[in-house]
Amino acid sequence: MLRFERVGKRYPGGRDALSDISFELPAGAMAFLTGHSGAGKSTLLKLIAAIERPSRGALIVGGVNVARLPARRIPALRRRIGLIFQDHQLLPDRTVFDNVALPLVIAGYRRRELARRVRAALDKVGLLDKERVYPQTLSGGEQQRVGIARAVVHRPPLLLADEPTGNLDPDLSRDIMNLFCAFNQVGVTVLIATHDLALIERLPYPRLVLRQGRLVDNPLAVS
Amino acid sequence: MSTPLPLLERLRAWAAHHAYVFFSSLGRLCRQPLSSALTIAVLAVALALPAGFGLLLTNVRHFAGDWQGAGRLTVYLRPEARRDQAEALAAALRDDARIASVTLIDKDQALAEFKRASGFGAALDALPDNPLPHALVLEPAPTAAADPAALEALRDALTARPEVELVQLDLDWLQRLLALLDLAQRGVRLIGVLLGLAVLLIVGNTIRLDIQARADEIRVTKLIGATDAFIRRPFLYTGFWYGLFGALGAAAVLAAAWWLLRAPLGRLLALYTGLPEPLGPDAALLGRLLALGIGQGIAGAALAVGRHLKAIEPR
Ligand SMILES: Nc1ncnc2c1ncn2[C@@H]1O[C@H](COP(=O)(O)OP(=O)(O)OP(=O)(O)O)[C@@H](O)[C@H]1O
Ligand SMILES: [Mg+2]
Repeated sequence: MLRFERVGKRYPGGRDALSDISFELPAGAMAFLTGHSGAGKSTLLKLIAAIERPSRGALIVGGVNVARLPARRIPALRRRIGLIFQDHQLLPDRTVFDNVALPLVIAGYRRRELARRVRAALDKVGLLDKERVYPQTLSGGEQQRVGIARAVVHRPPLLLADEPTGNLDPDLSRDIMNLFCAFNQVGVTVLIATHDLALIERLPYPRLVLRQGRLVDNPLAVS
Repeated sequence: MSTPLPLLERLRAWAAHHAYVFFSSLGRLCRQPLSSALTIAVLAVALALPAGFGLLLTNVRHFAGDWQGAGRLTVYLRPEARRDQAEALAAALRDDARIASVTLIDKDQALAEFKRASGFGAALDALPDNPLPHALVLEPAPTAAADPAALEALRDALTARPEVELVQLDLDWLQRLLALLDLAQRGVRLIGVLLGLAVLLIVGNTIRLDIQARADEIRVTKLIGATDAFIRRPFLYTGFWYGLFGALGAAAVLAAAWWLLRAPLGRLLALYTGLPEPLGPDAALLGRLLALGIGQGIAGAALAVGRHLKAIEPR
């Protein structure tokens, strides 16, 4: 599903944010990405969704080399990825329903099927009763769950989350982590960047550890 | 997993999304009534000005063409020509499509008139013969009247006839008027082009501000995998609405001006008998305004979108 081959990333005018990253995340697997602040976790996820482009190496997502993907094919790539951000990235002037529906509107779903899927996604994150409200009226944890509903509503095969439990209390964090595990159990490939080591300690998933842009612990090394 | 939708389903959804954006972009304009109304008012003025000038010019042309005596020809026959020759020529000219009416001025009648009007009665009585020839006054048909070359051709043809001594055609003022109208027409066209450009820039700038205000939204939709066409769509429809309402506003301005000017114009024209009815704004003008307004609105939006959407990328 996801393969990095000697990927490097240097931001313009900066030092290397990532160097020599190689690992493979098979379809249907789930893994965590950890490391100190500034280690390159966000950068690695951004490369996968073509928000940033690699400076070196090959990055294969679902059989496509994202490093060489022309700009016009980026939307199609992103529609196959569910993206979750620490700051939610919800649209404040649209209701929860409309926020979650956005990926389906983009993909061209019609009203009835769209409403059915939006409600199913909201149901999964336990926010079915909030579909008519605006995001600002929700708590941080609720907004995060709306973001998750939006990321999974079109059933993407790959789910990427950047600090999804960033500033949530431990109970809420555990709920959200359980949600990701549930998605993985129905076959979604999941990669989660987090520095909440306590939270993921007991979970049986491989952990990629970044330090200064290098993988210092790599259970997913390409054989 | 995500399965691609069948083509027909996608086509239906595409049309539905167009319909949705069509109305939601209108709704967005209505939610900022003051700034939208101001933009639309500026567009209306910019569209109404060239249309109004154009209408004025069309009317001047219209009147010039129908002006009584415009390009009137006076045909003086040779002194020896007889009355029946004059009548034969008059009859022949009445059948000419270029000529609207022919008036025969008999030489005896002309002399009597001249005696009475001039007060030289006694002196003229002393002449052995009537020195005046028979004359014909020709009113050209409207099509010929507006065309100096046609009038000149007519004059030359008449001069070539054996019984004709002289044909008088006063074209100078007509030629000057038409030259002036030509110049005015060019001026109006230039103003039209400049104001059309202004419409483009006004819409373009309004859409640019709109894009900046919605930068976050654009970033998020790009992250979720929206295509450029999808993101462009609401802005192009906004340009469409601005153009449509600007054109309708311009039509309203012209209709109001017409309503205000019509009565005094009618009184003025009544002083000149034979002038045609003035031409007001009509459906064709409305059609041109709509086409121009909507075209420039969408073009202005496309310009802004093309320049500014690329710069907004997710971070
Ligand atoms: N747009 C950018 N331009 C230049 N340098 C950048 C940019 N984004 C990130 N960096 C640098 O790249 C390195 C990795 O940043 P990144 O955001 O990937 O770290 P991170 O592991 O996500 O950190 P955190 O845990 O604080 O979110 C940092 O040194 C950062 O300063
Ligand atoms: Mg980060």
